[in-house]
Amino acid sequence: MPIQYYIYLSLVLFSIGIIGVLTRRNAIIVFMCIELMLNSVNLLLVAFSKMHLAFAMANDKLATTVGTDGQLFVFFIMVVAAAEVSVGLAIIVMLYRNTHSVDINFLNRLKN
Amino acid sequence: MNTTEILFFFLSALAIFSAIMVLISKNPIHSVLWLVGVFFAISGHYILLNAQFLAIVNMIVYAGAIMVLFLFVVMLMNLNAETEPQKNLWMKLAGVISGGCLLMVFVSLVRQATDLNAKKAMTTTGDIGLIKNLGKLLFNEYVVPFEITSVLFLSAMIGAIVIGKKE
Repeated sequence: MPIQYYIYLSLVLFSIGIIGVLTRRNAIIVFMCIELMLNSVNLLLVAFSKMHLAFAMANDKLATTVGTDGQLFVFFIMVVAAAEVSVGLAIIVMLYRNTHSVDINFLNRLKN
Repeated sequence: MNTTEILFFFLSALAIFSAIMVLISKNPIHSVLWLVGVFFAISGHYILLNAQFLAIVNMIVYAGAIMVLFLFVVMLMNLNAETEPQKNLWMKLAGVISGGCLLMVFVSLVRQATDLNAKKAMTTTGDIGLIKNLGKLLFNEYVVPFEITSVLFLSAMIGAIVIGKKE
């Protein structure tokens, strides 16, 4: 599969995430769009790791573990995303408890 | 057109359609469920790329744990389409235009990159996604970051409890 297809798919998903962050006001949906962007980058990392492997195996038949690092990075990104979600949702719950809304425009009260 | 290409285009269409539905759903619960659809499509892509470990982890961690947490919070707050705050139309239009411009810049960049021509991602072959290779690397070269991860999780857990508790 040509690598460009994966790049285009990831770019489209990433842009949809950006548009979601810019256009929605519900804090939970904004958060979900950030998850969408993280996932598009994960997909691109896995595709690039397989591209790297294909390139290495074309030059050297024994290079069968090239590109494993890329997939481990995806694993670490998932770990960080899980930690981020737990803290972020706690913040959103606290915001809801204090303002009875999840509108992100209420966050401009932080400046007072 | 072989099976791999058909599966690739089907999963891509599913992912993009679900992602768009996440954006345009008025009800937050529907958005969460469509996002689960996106994650399943991306897991399908991982299986297609023979990254089996990441496919399963993506399904368990993302589509399972994280999205259940989102669904739990949405249902706890009793959000629905009526209480959904709306931006005005001009702000939405500005957001879509700026996102589209970003996509356009990226696409033109990829089209001009001659290095990427004739580069292919290995699908259905290549063993680096198997748990054997990933485990060897994780517990040899990346064992320190792996242990630091546990500290990150502990701090995230404490942070969530401190933020979430009533004062």
